[in-house]
Amino acid sequence: MGATSPKSEALAVRLAALSRPAGLEHAREQAKARLVAMGLPGKRDEYWRYTDSASLISVDPTPAALFDASDEAPLFDGIDRVKLVFTDGIFDAAASDELTLAGVKITRLSDAPAGHWAEATYGGLEAAGQVPVTRPLACLNSAYATDGFLIHVTGKAAKPISIIYNHSSTTSDAVLHHYVKLDPGAELTLLENGPGAARLSQVLEVDVADGAIFHHIRAQGRDPQRRAITHIFARLGANAVFKSFTLTANGILTRNEVVIEFCGHDAVAHIAGAAMGDGAFHHDDTVFITHGAERCESRQVFKKVLKHGAVGVFQGKILVKKGAQKTDGYQISQALLLDDDSQFLAKPELEIYADDVKCSHGSTSGAIDETALFYLRSRGVPKRAAQSLLVLAFLADAIAEIADEAIAEDIRARLEGWLERHEN
Amino acid sequence: MLEIKNLHVKLETEDKQILKGVDLVIGAGEVHAIMGPNGSGKSTLSYVLAGREGYEVTAGSATLNNADLLAMDPEVRAAQGLFLAFQYPVEIPGVGNMNFLRTALNAQRKTRGEPEMSAGDFLKLVREKAKALQIDAEMLKRPVNVGFSGGEKKRNEILQMAMLEPKMCILDETDSGLDVDAMKLVADGVNALRSAGRSFLVITHYQRLLDHIKPDVVHIMAAGRIIKTGGPELALEVENNGYADLLAADLETGVK
Repeated sequence: MGATSPKSEALAVRLAALSRPAGLEHAREQAKARLVAMGLPGKRDEYWRYTDSASLISVDPTPAALFDASDEAPLFDGIDRVKLVFTDGIFDAAASDELTLAGVKITRLSDAPAGHWAEATYGGLEAAGQVPVTRPLACLNSAYATDGFLIHVTGKAAKPISIIYNHSSTTSDAVLHHYVKLDPGAELTLLENGPGAARLSQVLEVDVADGAIFHHIRAQGRDPQRRAITHIFARLGANAVFKSFTLTANGILTRNEVVIEFCGHDAVAHIAGAAMGDGAFHHDDTVFITHGAERCESRQVFKKVLKHGAVGVFQGKILVKKGAQKTDGYQISQALLLDDDSQFLAKPELEIYADDVKCSHGSTSGAIDETALFYLRSRGVPKRAAQSLLVLAFLADAIAEIADEAIAEDIRARLEGWLERHEN
Repeated sequence: MLEIKNLHVKLETEDKQILKGVDLVIGAGEVHAIMGPNGSGKSTLSYVLAGREGYEVTAGSATLNNADLLAMDPEVRAAQGLFLAFQYPVEIPGVGNMNFLRTALNAQRKTRGEPEMSAGDFLKLVREKAKALQIDAEMLKRPVNVGFSGGEKKRNEILQMAMLEPKMCILDETDSGLDVDAMKLVADGVNALRSAGRSFLVITHYQRLLDHIKPDVVHIMAAGRIIKTGGPELALEVENNGYADLLAADLETGVK
């Protein structure tokens, strides 16, 4: 492709508007080189057919009105945790706890000293996750992320780390990148919530060593006009456990990519999502799981509730490499369409090169079950309450992936709240 | 209790008349049975009374304690004391049986302006009622009717009836799919609920269920109308001779 192609022109314009932060020069330089080789994503790219990348790659973010979410108590409020706060992508030390936690070493990306372990690892899982499908916006993030956390978990973390992303400027454009490194047998729960900015780009790299456990629960903020492109890149060692749940209620555009590679035997990865959209809402889950070791279990459970023209996208792939025998791969993506205006686009894929595996996938979209609705009403449950009950029942499998019952209950309450606010 | 007058019903989407003038009066504490061949409109009658969508009432009326039943939403009918035990109880994945029972009970109480039942009182009540129907704790925990056997589903219907304490109970082919023992269990559950203030309409194909739930009045329904009404002996007559004689007799009456 010549230097004057529209794609590289667009990239040149985008890059000209960015300045590279200091630190981790080598890793950032490599990320930029990957990006230049790929170009920015467009409609012609297979994995961008259902989601318009224009507003995610534009030089300036589309402004997003601020949103007051104070009708609900902040998520994770009752949990003893280390609270770290970003507002529009800028670390708010005054609102944050100290970066100290037994069993964990936390460094800010923007503070990483020379010789820090991240120099050798930052962007590495992202780079590994570029094959066979390219993810240029993750390269852009690695190259230009202004801040984030480098988290080294050496033992069992004494409490969860909770990152809060506030949005206080209508034109903010946040680029954050976290790297979580879990030593063998280490354990961490990471909580994330909030819109982050008018436009948020986020990469989370997670290296889960042998026998380590990582739990992740995320809620993306109710600001109707916010946009987000997020990536999770995880690598799992033998007997490692990785569990991630994402709640998305509102947001004009969200694309959550998850890329997981099993490198050691007997590891477990569960990824789940519950998305609720009413009106201007486009939500895309794009997942790629590579089974490269024996006896690993992957589970994808994605549920979307859509109304008034909301759009849901699911692109999920399970790749089982030769030799990854006794793989147990499961994938389900379902949409509940509450009216005729909404749509769900799903592309489930399986690619299997081992001969002794158990893999299944399913994808459905449908309306509320009228028979079940009548059954509930015939027992005295009013129509709206019956509908809410059925919507929550639809989402139950995704919420069941949250191990902590108190958090699951909190998430459930938020879904109920959303349903009450979006009755019509 | 229940008064149905000249009820005419057609399918909403088709020009197909199903009920063609049903008249039925059930007094407080009475047990009536409706028998009839397939396609005679028995299940349609039960659905229309419970308020299922898809039917259009073209003439006639139905009242529950003098209130216009047909003008109410299904949930209001339930709160007013109407209960339909489904022929095919619906499976609802993701909704726990216990949660379902409690939601229904408290929703009805709320509609009637009564206070909610406390969690403790509810648990006590549900355990007591479930025990009588041989419904174990596991069945209460599972999602509504999911993975239940035919017998379990029907027992679960009777459990709901026992918990909600309706005034007018309609049992739509509650005996279908039940073995002899299960039928006895279900019938015992129903009989335990019989009282002076509670009426039953038992829809069935077979006389067998009526050996266990003894009706005061038996109606024969055919082609959308009740063609004959009598005592329990009418059910025996059907069991012995089938519907053919009754249908022929009705045809003759019609011709005259």
